[in-house]
Amino acid sequence: MTSSREFFNRRLHSLLGVIPIGLFLIVHLTVNHQATGGAESFNKAANFMESLPFLQVLEILLIFLPLLYHAIYGLYIAFTSSGNTGRFGFFRNWMYLLQRITGVLTLIFIAWHVWETRIAMMFGTPLNYQMMEDIFSSPFMIVFYVVGIISAVFHFANGLWSFMVSWGITVTPRSQVISTYVTMIIFVVLAIVGMQAVFAFV
Amino acid sequence: MAETKSVKFIITRQDTPESAPYEETFEVPYRPNMNVISALMEIRRNPVNNKGQATPPVTWEMNCLEEVCGACSMIINGKPRQACSALVDKLEQPIRLAPMKTFPVVRDLQIDRSRMFDSLKKVKAWIPIDGTYDLGPGPRMPETKRQWAYELSKCMTCGVCLEACPNVNSKSNFMGPAVFNQVRLFNAHPTGAMNKAERLNAFMEDGGMQGCGNSQNCVQSCPKGIPITTSIAAVNRDATLQSFKNFFGSDRV
Repeated sequence: MTSSREFFNRRLHSLLGVIPIGLFLIVHLTVNHQATGGAESFNKAANFMESLPFLQVLEILLIFLPLLYHAIYGLYIAFTSSGNTGRFGFFRNWMYLLQRITGVLTLIFIAWHVWETRIAMMFGTPLNYQMMEDIFSSPFMIVFYVVGIISAVFHFANGLWSFMVSWGITVTPRSQVISTYVTMIIFVVLAIVGMQAVFAFV
Repeated sequence: MAETKSVKFIITRQDTPESAPYEETFEVPYRPNMNVISALMEIRRNPVNNKGQATPPVTWEMNCLEEVCGACSMIINGKPRQACSALVDKLEQPIRLAPMKTFPVVRDLQIDRSRMFDSLKKVKAWIPIDGTYDLGPGPRMPETKRQWAYELSKCMTCGVCLEACPNVNSKSNFMGPAVFNQVRLFNAHPTGAMNKAERLNAFMEDGGMQGCGNSQNCVQSCPKGIPITTSIAAVNRDATLQSFKNFFGSDRV
């Protein structure tokens, strides 16, 4: 291999954001959405996820390690860029800046979210409808979750757009405009799914 | 005293590469159709600032005066562009001039763009045809392709896209948007294509294409209207295939 480590790292970062992290995000939001059908329906969906075979291996290989890599390398990317939307206020430049801001917000959100749910479950708190209802008894947590989910969903949708450019899937300006529309529809749809889930617990 | 129309210039100056920048204001007598270069020439002819003090003349670089060489790039009213094609009548006054700080400042508005030429050397942005004997005529290029390639060949290494790029900064060694276009141009040439893999591999090294974050400021800022982001995605596509070939091996050389 003649290409550099930096090239490999950056492409790996791009890939992991979609597979498996993006896919996991969709699965996660779908499971959450079961809360709109009441406590029983949510608990059933959550229990199904917990009953998957090799759960810990799946969690570590498909969620934890990719997420950790994407987060740490993403921070490096975010902090080696110098936003210049003040001088160059183009649409794509704003999306570029938002991608980095939502990335950092999502990392803060996920760190707290994992601590409060998955780590808490490890220490014995059952992960069910009741747990989320307790979390959302605080208005601050509702705001925190709303911001966190919107950030995560935007970061995924817009990340999908740049994934397609970075791998050379969308090359022409027209294809990139179409993918802007498609990914923004994905953003809106996933945001609605996420918000419905949050307010099902409130 | 007779009131003559004048144009006010606020210029960011710097005496040496290391010294601190400062602003100096000049009033230049107005002439119809003047551009920023002609105003700078006027200042050079009579280097007196608006306080009436004699000052060292402002230095800048210029060459072709028709926006094809890229030497006179500077920040004019906040936008990186060429001073020769910046017409005073079309600019908001006072006109603010500053050097493109992405590059090392030599003096006043004069910058050192060597890093761009070093990058072109790194990615072998040329077509090697030198040999010890006559290789004969190369493969012909279809006329439609030549016309398309001509648009890419308009790059004058002016540095505006690097100035606009949020990833070209002191925290990274990203070579900048212009390089994508050159790699694509020379890879598209029938003779240049013979070194396609070599060029792509060089551009996948540190500071290479992976530094792009898709803010697309480059294509918006390019004074020659070069489709830089199309070149970026096209080179990314070629690099995807090239990296697979590198990793898994290829049945072609």
